[in-house]
This record gives sequence, C-alpha cells and structure tokens, in this order.
Amino acid sequence: MHEDENNKLHSKSQTLSSDTTLESAITGGDIDYLPPQELPDQDLYHSHSWWTTYVFSQDAKYIGVQYALTAVGTGLIGLVLSWLMRLQLAFPGLGLLEPSAYYQFVTMHGMIMVVYLLTALFLGGFGNYLIPLMCGSRDMAFPYVNMLSYWSFVLAVVVLLASFFIPGGPTGAGWTLYPPQAITAGTPGYNGGIVLMLISLILFVIGFTMGGLNYIVTILQYRTRGMTLMRMPLTIWGIFTATVLAMFAFPALLVGCLMMTLDSLLGTSFFMPAMVSMGETLDYDGGSPILFQHLFWFFGHPEVYIVALPAFGIVSDLLSIHARKTIFGYRMMVWAIVGIGALSFFVWAHHMYVSGMNPWFGFFFATTTLIIAVPTAIKVYNWVLTLWKGNIQLTLPMLFSLAFIVTFLNGGLTGLFLGNVTVDVPLSDTYFVVAHFHMVMGIAPILVIFGAIYHWFPLITGNYLHEGMGKFHFWITFIGSYAIYFPMHYQGFVGVPRRYFEIYDSPYIETSTIGLNIFITIAALVVGFAQLVFLYNIILSARAGKPSPKNPWKANSLEWLTPNMPPEHGNFGKELPKVYRWAYDFSVPGAKEDYIPQTTPPSAVVNAKVEQS
Amino acid sequence: MTEERKTFFKSIFEKPWEQAQSLKDNDHDGKLLSISGSRLGLKTIMAVSSVIFSLFVVAYSDRMMAHDWIKMPEPWLLWINTAILILNSFYFHKAKIAADKIDYSQVKKNLFIVGFLGYSFLIGQLIVWYQLMKLDYFAGSNVANAFFYMFTALHGLHLLGGLFFWGKTTSSLFKENYKILKLQHRIELCAIYWHFLLAVWFVLFGLMLFT
Repeated sequence: MHEDENNKLHSKSQTLSSDTTLESAITGGDIDYLPPQELPDQDLYHSHSWWTTYVFSQDAKYIGVQYALTAVGTGLIGLVLSWLMRLQLAFPGLGLLEPSAYYQFVTMHGMIMVVYLLTALFLGGFGNYLIPLMCGSRDMAFPYVNMLSYWSFVLAVVVLLASFFIPGGPTGAGWTLYPPQAITAGTPGYNGGIVLMLISLILFVIGFTMGGLNYIVTILQYRTRGMTLMRMPLTIWGIFTATVLAMFAFPALLVGCLMMTLDSLLGTSFFMPAMVSMGETLDYDGGSPILFQHLFWFFGHPEVYIVALPAFGIVSDLLSIHARKTIFGYRMMVWAIVGIGALSFFVWAHHMYVSGMNPWFGFFFATTTLIIAVPTAIKVYNWVLTLWKGNIQLTLPMLFSLAFIVTFLNGGLTGLFLGNVTVDVPLSDTYFVVAHFHMVMGIAPILVIFGAIYHWFPLITGNYLHEGMGKFHFWITFIGSYAIYFPMHYQGFVGVPRRYFEIYDSPYIETSTIGLNIFITIAALVVGFAQLVFLYNIILSARAGKPSPKNPWKANSLEWLTPNMPPEHGNFGKELPKVYRWAYDFSVPGAKEDYIPQTTPPSAVVNAKVEQS
Repeated sequence: MTEERKTFFKSIFEKPWEQAQSLKDNDHDGKLLSISGSRLGLKTIMAVSSVIFSLFVVAYSDRMMAHDWIKMPEPWLLWINTAILILNSFYFHKAKIAADKIDYSQVKKNLFIVGFLGYSFLIGQLIVWYQLMKLDYFAGSNVANAFFYMFTALHGLHLLGGLFFWGKTTSSLFKENYKILKLQHRIELCAIYWHFLLAVWFVLFGLMLFT
C-alpha cells in the first residue's frame, strides 16, 4: 500500500467514533443501530396444492426459472433453424431447403432469438429470479400478476410455434415483418403464419407489460431498509432501465401489430398502399408502409438495449466479483445505463437509411447514433479499469465476461460504420450487417447469459456447474463464434447479399465466399454442439453436481446472503436483511476478508478503510 | 423516515461510498416514493396506455394526409355516450368522497350507479357500431372508419378492465370483514383510472371530431 493511497483512504468506522455530531445522530452510540422496519411485510401467497406449487407458482424465483426454461427451449428451436439455414447456404446443391422454407426459417430464427429468447430470458428469467433477492424483498409486488405474465408468455410461444403446423406454414416476411409484402401473396405464410405471428407478439407484449409492472414497482418500492437506489447492484440497474424502455417501446410494436392484423383480416388499409399483386388490383388504397417501419423500429431499436442493458448490468457485477475489485465509476455506470436508455429512443430511423428518407433526416439519426457511442464507450472503459490491478480469478463467469467485452467492442465498432448513412447504404443489404448485429446483440449478450448462468447456478440449484465441460463450452463458443462472424464481415465487404437462400454462380461474387460459406457452416455446427454439451452439463450438474458452499464466489449482494441456499419461499427467513453498504466493497484494506457483504454492519469491520473520493 | 424523499434524478447523484451519505442511506426505508405499490402500479399502467394511445394518434395524423381519407360522420349517440362517461367519472368521484367519510350506503349506491353507467356506455358504443355498419361504414371501406372502430374497441377494452376491478371492489363491500383503509384505497385507484379513461376519450373523440 502506497503512502498517498493510504491518505486517500479513510476509515469509515474510525471517523464515525471521532465525529460527535454524527454519533449523536445514532441512538445510544451503537453504530449498528437502525430503527425497525415500519413497512408491513408483504402478503405472501402460500401454495397449498401441487398445481399451485409447481405449475401455477406465484413465487418469483420459480417463475424466473420457468421463464428461463421456456425461453431456452424456444431458443433451441431457433438454434436448429440456424443450422438448417447454414447447411443450405454452404451446400446449396443438396437442395435441403425450398426458398420459401429458407425465408420462414430466417424470420422465425430472428424473432425467436430477439424476443422470445433474449428478452424473455433477461427480463423474465433473470429479472424474476434476481430482483426480489437482490433488492431484499420477499417477492414481487404483485405475485398473481407475475404468474399471469409467465402464462401469457407461454401462450405467445405456443401460438408462435403453432404457425409451423398450419397450411402455408409460418410467415417468411423477415423478422421485421414489413408490409405490404408480409401480407401479400407470394410471401410464405402471408395469410395464416403472419396472423399467428402478430397475435403471438400481441400476447407477448401483454404478458411482458404485466411482468414489467412487477419489476418496476418492486425495484422502486419494495427494497429492504438501507437499500437506496445507489446501493443497488448494477444488475438491478440494468434490468430496471431495460424494463422502463420495454414499457415505452413495446406499445409501438403492439400498435403496429394490431393495425397489421386488421389490414390482414378485415382488409383495412393502415399500411397497405394501392397495389397490383399477381396481375390483380388489390382492394387496398393509400396505406403507408413507411409508417409501419417507423413504428417497428421505434420498438426495434430500444429492443436492442432492452437486451443489452441487463447484459451490461450483469457483466459489471460479474467482473467486479471475479476480479475482487470495486466496480470502477459506479455512478458513471448508472448514468451511462440511464443515458443509453434515454438516447435509444432517438436513433430508430438509422435502421431505415435505405427506405428513401430525406437525407437530412438520416443525418440527424446518424448524429444521435454516434452520440450513443459515448456512454457506451464509458462503460467499456470502466469495465477495463475495473480489471486493472484487480485480483482476477479466471473462473468461468470471468472468462465469459472478458469474452463479452471483446465481442461487444467488436460489434460496437462495426456499428460505427453502419451508423453513417454513406457507409450504410452500400453495406446495408450485405452480410456485413448480419455479422454486426449477431456480434453486438447475439453473441455478446449470450456470452453474458452463459457467464450469469455459471455464476448463479449454485444459488439456484446448490451445485456448481462442471468446470471441465464449462471450459470446453467457453472456448468452443468464444472462438467458434468468431470463426462464424469474422468471415461474414469480409463477405459483406465483397458484396455478398444477405437474405438470399442461394448464391448462384454470379460473376460478381468472389469464389472465396463459397469456401467461406462451408467454413462458417462447419463452425456453426461445432458451436451448436458445444451448446448441447452445456445443456448436458446443466442437467447433470443440477442432479449430481459438485455441491457448492454458501456464497461460493464470496459476493456481497443480498441474493447470496439468504438463510438457505437455494433460497426458500419468502427469501429471507423471519427478518428482512438490513443493508449498510453498496455491493462493491471488495478487497478493502484493513478488512479481514477481501469482501464485505452488504449486510455487514459497520461495527464488524472497524478497521476497514473504505475509500472516499 | 422523516426526511424528504428525493426524486429519482436527484438520488442518482448520491455518492453511496461517502460516510455522511452512508449514514443517511442506512436509515432509508427502501422506497423511492411515498405512495403505495398499487398506486405506482396504476400509474405505470396509465403511462403505458398513454404511450399506446399517443402512438395511435401519431399514426392517425400520419395516415390522415393520404388522398383516400374520407371523414366519418359522428352519430349523435356518441354525444350521449360521452355524457354518460362524464357522469360515470362524476359518480366515481362521489363514491370516493363517500368512502373517505366512511358512509357505506352512499358508497354502495354510487358504486352501483358507476357500474350501471359503465355498462351503459359500452352498450351505447356497440349501438353506435351497429348504426354505422347499417349505413355501410365498414372498417375495410375507409381507413378513417377503421381508426374509429379500433379506437372505440381499445377504449372499451380498457373500460372493461376497469369494470373488472370495479366488480372486485364492489363485491368486497358485501363481505363480512373488509378493511376500510384498503377499500378506500381501492376506490380511489379505480376512480383515478376512470378519470384517466375519460381524458383518453376526450382526446380520441376530439381527434375524430375535429379532423
């Protein structure tokens, strides 16, 4: 410890006893004293039957696991669809997929991954499991509504998957569902699949609103004593801000879906212009397809941050815990999360540069898009600075977090290319875009999800995940996803168009892309195999994994401090915890151990020097 | 906790690691606002609904510009329905005042009037639909009609949701052991929601009237 650093550090407890004015603020000189909680305890629903315990559970932890399993199950379908598409692209000679099937798989893969996997897993899964535990609450504010939220989600998934089994199959309109083609003959599933897709999305939005209501109210009003907003772990900040975004962004999707459903079923012309289809003049007139694009992307861009912000929050906690170091710039991190959230509502039209918009309009949105890079860069710097001089433990959560930083940076930088109108116009219909958004909102958040699962698995099941299989999973996933997406950047630069089910022998397509397509497909299959190993690991470790002690990672936040692990119904036993500090007191000089849990009272760490700035 | 509550944006400037802040924070009761969870929940729902209706208004204004827009007539019955909705809010307010005074018979009476008016409004809206369809104003024939049907349907669905909670509140009045504080709170929240729906109706009706 250097002398100057010593000077900067200040013993909280020592000043406490020397400062009489402060001491008088505390009754009886007992520095741990807190007045009793005046809030009445939440009314908890106690289940009485098998059905209400295991199926229609109202316990947020249980609902969280239900959400996560449903989302992952749906995500696996999306994964299989991606394999089939990759096989088709690499070996078009096999004639594996019809063109229409290819479009249907592209559409379903996109929608499943973005909405039904990532959104549901981050907010429904991690949100439900972690919010009450990390805030020190017994359960969500409205457990019954929370249960309804999950079952609406299940219904939405069922309706979505039902479209595979109707005549015409699921919609092949692309995940953006642009009218007029989405509901016009010639597009796969134009009369059945699209309607089920729209209904499914409407159900999802309704279900999510019920869940989001719970997350917001619980985080704002049901924290335990001492848990101020600025003592909350960044995970909760990420989930909270993402939920607020979702509550304002999903209505745009709802409005767009409702209007397109009416266009499809009742023949209204909200989005449908006058048009001739297959030689026939349709009954539509005057509708505005661009209006749908605006509505869709007013949802669609915040959606990127609905997925990214929880990932930002979770990765901050993982880095801090596994590097045994205080998160660098906590306040700046919170501001960046809130700032990114606010800015995300002003950039949506950068997805529409090629829609024929006024160039000045594009200029405005290019500017706002580049501005959002500032708070995002602050976060990346802060993550790196958190690692600097940290006591880095190369555990699996840490490996995945490190991989996230690199991958997010990578995907973010290509975002700077695409955010500029002049660069975007030639690149927008190429594989460069595919590479960009898979890196930034596919791989990066998924890496955080994996890290988070390795981190919180002991809390949920009481067992560690198997380390060896985990390492295998990590290295294959990390290197493999670069093997998949790096070549796609190159393919984009040489002009390989996206959305094509087969690249014919075109003179302007480089022959190298054919070999690359085969390489990418093999990499995708290998990465997919690693995910199966991961699933096997989860099942095996949940049943017969290495038992974990309480608080295995020596973390500070409340979810690890429950009387039982895994936590039971009501989370915290008889009394709710009292919080005396933030979640980032790691490696505090003078403290006995390298972490001070949030519930540790000042008297227990008298010699600890807590940093002041 | 006696200390004044900070707003969200003020509290994110706190420095949780500083000692003076830490002492204040230890005493914090974990709530941002001094309102009940249900009230915050209602506010959140109203915020989300407002966003939905605002986006519809934006879509309406954008779509209006197209050449094929044919303005729809407003049947006189809509004015009566509007009057019913205003009365509805008025009686809900009376019920709230009666609940604050713990005057049960008045609460019951007013709540019944509220329910009656609420359902009358919905039936009235359905009659408007029926009349318009008899005059061949179908949703498919012009987009202005489609907006009308969609707005009234969504507003009606919101009111139905409100009537569900009205039913829960009213039926709890007839139970043996209800808590008066809880009941007052419920009636107040329902009343707020009713006023909100009236405001939404003014906006939607005004929009269709003046454009």
